[in-house]
Amino acid sequence: MDFERIFFFATAGVAVVSGILTITRRNPVQSVLFLIVNFFCIALLYLGLHAQFLAIIQILVYAGAIMVLFLFVIMLLNLGDENTLEEKSGYRKYIAVVLAAVVLVQILTVVAGGVTGPTGTAAAGFGTVEALGETLFREYLLQFEATSVLLLAALVGVIVIAKKKVI
Amino acid sequence: MPLTLESSYPLIAICSLGVLLLLLEIVLKKPDPVSYSVTIAGLLAVGVCIFPGLLRGDGATPTGGAGLLFCEVFIAAALLTVVFSGEYLRRHDSERAAGQGAYNLLVVFAVAGMMLMALAGDLISLFLGLELMSICLYVLVGFLRKHVTGNEASLKYFLLGAFITGFILYGIALLYGSAGTLSIDAIVALVIAGDQTPVFWAGLALVLAGFAFKVGAFPFHMWIPDVYQGAPTPVTAFMATGAKAAAFSVLILMFSRRGGAEGLVFRDLISFLAAGSMIVGNLLAIVQQNVKRMLAYSSIAHAGYMLVGIASGNLNGSDGVTFYLVSYLFMNVGAFGVVSLVEEREEKNLTYEDYSGFSAKNPLLAGLLALFLFSLAGLPPFGGFFGKYFVFVAAIEADLTWLAILGVLSSLAGVYYYIRLVMVMYFRDGEAGRAEAVPRLVLAALGLAALINVQLGILPSSVISLIHRFH
Repeated sequence: MDFERIFFFATAGVAVVSGILTITRRNPVQSVLFLIVNFFCIALLYLGLHAQFLAIIQILVYAGAIMVLFLFVIMLLNLGDENTLEEKSGYRKYIAVVLAAVVLVQILTVVAGGVTGPTGTAAAGFGTVEALGETLFREYLLQFEATSVLLLAALVGVIVIAKKKVI
Repeated sequence: MPLTLESSYPLIAICSLGVLLLLLEIVLKKPDPVSYSVTIAGLLAVGVCIFPGLLRGDGATPTGGAGLLFCEVFIAAALLTVVFSGEYLRRHDSERAAGQGAYNLLVVFAVAGMMLMALAGDLISLFLGLELMSICLYVLVGFLRKHVTGNEASLKYFLLGAFITGFILYGIALLYGSAGTLSIDAIVALVIAGDQTPVFWAGLALVLAGFAFKVGAFPFHMWIPDVYQGAPTPVTAFMATGAKAAAFSVLILMFSRRGGAEGLVFRDLISFLAAGSMIVGNLLAIVQQNVKRMLAYSSIAHAGYMLVGIASGNLNGSDGVTFYLVSYLFMNVGAFGVVSLVEEREEKNLTYEDYSGFSAKNPLLAGLLALFLFSLAGLPPFGGFFGKYFVFVAAIEADLTWLAILGVLSSLAGVYYYIRLVMVMYFRDGEAGRAEAVPRLVLAALGLAALINVQLGILPSSVISLIHRFH
């Protein structure tokens, strides 16, 4: 086995284990910590696919920003010493089991059917920060600028809604 | 051809207007009166600068002249909205009246989003435009912060809208994944070629569902009555005309523009949406007591009539929808405009009874409202008649005669509730009806909308021949 394979299986193994731990821990804070491990592993997997930019974004956005949001929500919701989420049983659980089974069957059929994803080689430098920058600022410049207008409008909207006193 | 910086001049102009308004807010101490006039003047200026390109049938943008015509529709909707809003906000929330600069700014940015949708012709711009428009509308719906129903409407619209955005985005991802292109033209070419993977069709169906939600078509219409009723009335008018036109501009591009009826896999699906919207919208509108809610349900029905044109899939169908949208803009904004003048604080004066004796107190406004209602009902000689005529003829040409017959029958039901309001205004005595002075600008805007309605009814060729030129 070459290095890439070992790297893939090691990272994927850690990702799966941390994923399972995320949903089995009763303490939400522990869950979140395992989720961070999971996010990092996925970032490493992206790196293995030579998608540097995606790996960096994965860490910055998910492991950074979204994780902090998760922790904030948990801290705000679980007041007092109650640090475990209450178990809610009921019909939802069964629906979830059924849905999970459906997804499992789907994955198994796809794997057993030997379905392959899109093939072909990416252009040299695909997924690197340079290539992404080139595309973003040449081909999609207008869309990039439109995004800034979108953010500006959202900013104005938030202020309009949240402002304490209207001028 | 992709949308370049040069060909997107309407977009750049409208964004500059937005930034200018933002700067005015910062620089001036009392920005509101200035902002009001600057918004109106700016929107007019942008409309005028698009006009030459529109008359040339300018093909510089991916969507050609039709995209520019839609831009004019959005600008007209925004102009009328802003004109009605000044008076409305003053009367309904003295605190909010002072925040009018932000209100105008959000309307202008919403127009920018709509324009991006209508001009771009690729899926990324489409999505960005949709979000820009929707985010501004979420805020505008809840603009009167003390109105409980307005806040409820805003939250409902936001949650459902965010949910449906997920549908559209997922559909776009599937389309891109299976087609390998973001250009709408290329995707339509693939649709016409047929024989695509199931993933491709799934993506297209998700996009269709998302836009059916945005236009308020039948199985996705649940949000319309509550949101239209809760929103400030000028905003409702803006949503019912501008936002609906923006979503329809995309539906025309993706589902009917090429006129390749044989390539329209979703024709049965769209016919179903159209039939359901016409039936549900008209029947539920009959039982409403609240005028604003009645207009909301009737807008579901109008979305149904327009979907008939989309389902036809021929050039007459898409031209008919475009014409319908132009005429719908002026009759609907006009009707909502008069309703916004009659409406009192705390959502009073909105039921049918409140309009009894209106013609005696305010003969001018009552006459205008009657004209708009006749046009909405589709009676000649007003614009609404030809809108319906064009889409139904297109349906018959496309062998969808059952849909055309259903459309005519359900619009007969529509005549009932529109005329009922006219009857109440003219033939019932009552106390209600404001006799206060209406600002001249508002009156001028209403009069202009009425004139255009009549003009579209008597000389529909003036607009339809322009639309024909875009082919």
